[in-house]
Amino acid sequence: MLHIINKSPLTSVTLDTCLNTAAGGDILLIEDGVYAATRGSAAEAQLRAAMGKFKVHVLMPDLEARGLGDRLMDGVSAVDYGGFVDLTSNNKTCQSWL
Amino acid sequence: MSDAKKFMFVNRKAPYGTIYALESLEVVLITAAFDQDVSLAFLDDGVYQLKKGQQTKGIETKNFSPAYRALEDYDIEKLYVEKEAMTARGLTEEDFLVPVTVLGRAEMGKLMDEQDVVLSF
Amino acid sequence: MKYGIVVNEGPYQHQASDSAYLFAKAAIEKGHEVWRVFFYHDGVHNASKLTEPPQDDRHIVNRWAKLAEEHKVDLVVCVAAALRRGIKEDNLAQGFRISGLGQLVEAGIKCDRLVTFGD
Repeated sequence: MLHIINKSPLTSVTLDTCLNTAAGGDILLIEDGVYAATRGSAAEAQLRAAMGKFKVHVLMPDLEARGLGDRLMDGVSAVDYGGFVDLTSNNKTCQSWL
Repeated sequence: MSDAKKFMFVNRKAPYGTIYALESLEVVLITAAFDQDVSLAFLDDGVYQLKKGQQTKGIETKNFSPAYRALEDYDIEKLYVEKEAMTARGLTEEDFLVPVTVLGRAEMGKLMDEQDVVLSF
Repeated sequence: MKYGIVVNEGPYQHQASDSAYLFAKAAIEKGHEVWRVFFYHDGVHNASKLTEPPQDDRHIVNRWAKLAEEHKVDLVVCVAAALRRGIKEDNLAQGFRISGLGQLVEAGIKCDRLVTFGD
């Protein structure tokens, strides 16, 4: 399953809840969710710890728009909108954690 | 029913502060007419949607919580509440206006994985 | 693959409609079919023909309409959500149609994938 997160981990429990509840699979960070994938943020360790259970992706146009295109942490795969589409087609279902 | 899809509605938002809970419930009621396999999951502040004793007169807003009791009449009986979310809010099963199944996080995650369509609002 | 898309937020206020549009465009470029886009909650404001952004900004409403026309995408606005918010046939932008919530459920049933964008 693909889990889509669009909230900053510093203002919302959405990423926490997803990491704690979801059974695994792919996570795609979009919109304000991309802040979770930046080096040096308070959420970095948490996301790194989840990498055994999830494969984490970030929507690069959203990260670049926020001026953090050069801060992507290791182990997170960068995708464009085409890659986003592929993630949805390669997974049987997707859930937007709104 | 053999070709019915498994629809799960994930509710993570409290009622009244925003309209999401009410409009989510409206979709659930419509989905009932399509003979699908429907379940509702309540996580995070979504568990507040089910709190008994909602009194909305003072905010001049319709109390839509009785509609959760009507779900049974639409054959929607799979209501799941995440245990950790419930206890974090000082609630117990007795606080809810309808019977629910309380699931731990891992069980909830597994159930989500079994769905064909997951909708959250 | 056949895709359904749900948009739950209005244009400009939230990125959801932009993300949904760029996703739809990318899906079509990859040869998928975007069968229906369903606008719900404040998402119904994406269908207001009264929308007039500054000239140097993207026109979110017209952009949806153009995509729909070029690729036969069914743009459906939820009637209950729309009436609540003052969107009706009188101010409905070209390319959109108003219909019931059943259209959302139908998209869930008929599409291979349903992707939601919101807050």
